[in-house]
Amino acid sequence: MKLIKTFIFDNLAKFGRYIMLLGKVFTRPDKWSVFFKRYIDEVYKLGFDSIAIVFTISIFIGAVIAIQTQKNITSPFIPSYTIGMLTRETILLEFSSTIMALILAGKVGSSISSEIGTMRVTEQIDALEIMGVNSANFLILPKITALVTFIPVLVTISMVMGLLGGFFVGEFTDMFPSSKYIYGLQSYFQEFYVWYSIIKSLFFAFVISTVASFYGYTVKGGATEVGKASTDAVVVSSVTILLLDVLLTKILL
Amino acid sequence: MIEAKNIIKSFEGKVILHNISAKFYAGKTNLIIGQSGSGKTVLMKSLVGLLRPDSGEILYDGRDFLKYNSSDIKDLRTEIGMLFQGSALFDSMTVLENVMFPLLMFTKQSYAERKKRAEFCLERVNLKGADKLLPAELSGGMQKRAAIARAIALNPKYLFCDEPNSGIDPKTSLVIDKLIHDITHEYNITTIINTHDMNSVMGIGENIIFLNRGHLSWEGTKEDIFSSTDEAFNEFVFASDIMKEVKDYVNRGR
Ligand SMILES: Nc1ncnc2c1ncn2[C@@H]1O[C@H](COP(=O)(O)OP(=O)(O)O)[C@@H](O)[C@H]1O
Ligand SMILES: [Mg+2]
Repeated sequence: MKLIKTFIFDNLAKFGRYIMLLGKVFTRPDKWSVFFKRYIDEVYKLGFDSIAIVFTISIFIGAVIAIQTQKNITSPFIPSYTIGMLTRETILLEFSSTIMALILAGKVGSSISSEIGTMRVTEQIDALEIMGVNSANFLILPKITALVTFIPVLVTISMVMGLLGGFFVGEFTDMFPSSKYIYGLQSYFQEFYVWYSIIKSLFFAFVISTVASFYGYTVKGGATEVGKASTDAVVVSSVTILLLDVLLTKILL
Repeated sequence: MIEAKNIIKSFEGKVILHNISAKFYAGKTNLIIGQSGSGKTVLMKSLVGLLRPDSGEILYDGRDFLKYNSSDIKDLRTEIGMLFQGSALFDSMTVLENVMFPLLMFTKQSYAERKKRAEFCLERVNLKGADKLLPAELSGGMQKRAAIARAIALNPKYLFCDEPNSGIDPKTSLVIDKLIHDITHEYNITTIINTHDMNSVMGIGENIIFLNRGHLSWEGTKEDIFSSTDEAFNEFVFASDIMKEVKDYVNRGR
């Protein structure tokens, strides 16, 4: 019981520190020109550099979803265009936003927290503070804005590639005709699902960038602690993404 | 001049600094010496505001910055340069960009002006030609010099150096000490240096305070060292045989 109490108390305290850090982050940048330059850099580092992994994973998962859907449809009364429809629903609703976010939490989140954590333990953050720079704002705000503004692009790429993956199965195997797949993609299409996915992804991007920054920024110690912080960041942001997914789905759908 | 009055600092109930009062003078190399763990870094970080003391006053030429609001602190910070124990150069930037960085953030200078000033600082620390290298490509001594160049870029009135000689060979240490000493006198900077290196103490100890487990137990100049009667201080200073011999030699001459 006492253990549970300290556990809850510790995490509440941590959450409080997280909110306080965000307070430091969301202030006016010392110099806008420097902010924009850093923003562009982060878009490249966090966004562009993630395109390849999003591209590859989406195409394969799209293909796998199509294959599995086909295998599960055993009744001859279900038309084969259903495969296209179900593949589309899975990709639009869950894969391109939530699963993609979990993957990015691993890739982008760990890189953010290890970068900032290393700067903390090598006193680079102290050096910024001594100069009079708001280090939290300087380091973290460009990362948050970059990931939040670029994630819709990643989600869109993921959707297109996922759907294309299913199409390739139809095209290159004889499991189902690709024309039926395309017909399936178009039937009962609800545009809102795309928006739903993109809206969710904005929240996820915020979680990934802020949680990873928090764990990096508050590291104490040396290289080992930096490694641990980045693992913690990935775990905590993944769990938060899943909880948020339930919440947002309840609200939006 | 920086004056610390009755500084107390504790972590989680454990007192690290016990009521420290000291004066650090302009145009002098002021040393804070003591064993590892005696509280030198905590004192320095308290002086610059990276840590907040539990109580006490810190006066920068009469200005009590613990009473400042955050924008006043920001202004004061542009008068402060600091050299960190591990250099703390920004590892994603070249040496030149590191030195130009404070100018970029806190002046309205054009790129050409910033570059000129940065190159001047790099030349002052004898690092011309290394400007396009990344910090990781420099030796320890070169990193320290680059960090000094960055610390003096904005013409600071106050310069803080935390163990400038840690991880550096004795010969390079002398170069760094001389550099800090010369810059201090050249620009009349109030310089505070943490060290446990007796070479530095004997070389540039113009005003020394000695910390013993968080207590200030001795102060003086390098000339006063041999007449000290403080037990802990003597134990620290004359730990090595060579220092004992020097003491004997000096005392025989008296
Ligand atoms: N952030 C901190 N939290 C708790 N204890 C600390 C912290 N920083 C320093 N200390 C403790 O304060 C003491 C003095 O440390 P420090 O000032 O780094 O010594 P040094 O003289 O070697 O620079 C040490 O016992 C250290 O463990
Ligand atoms: Mg120290």
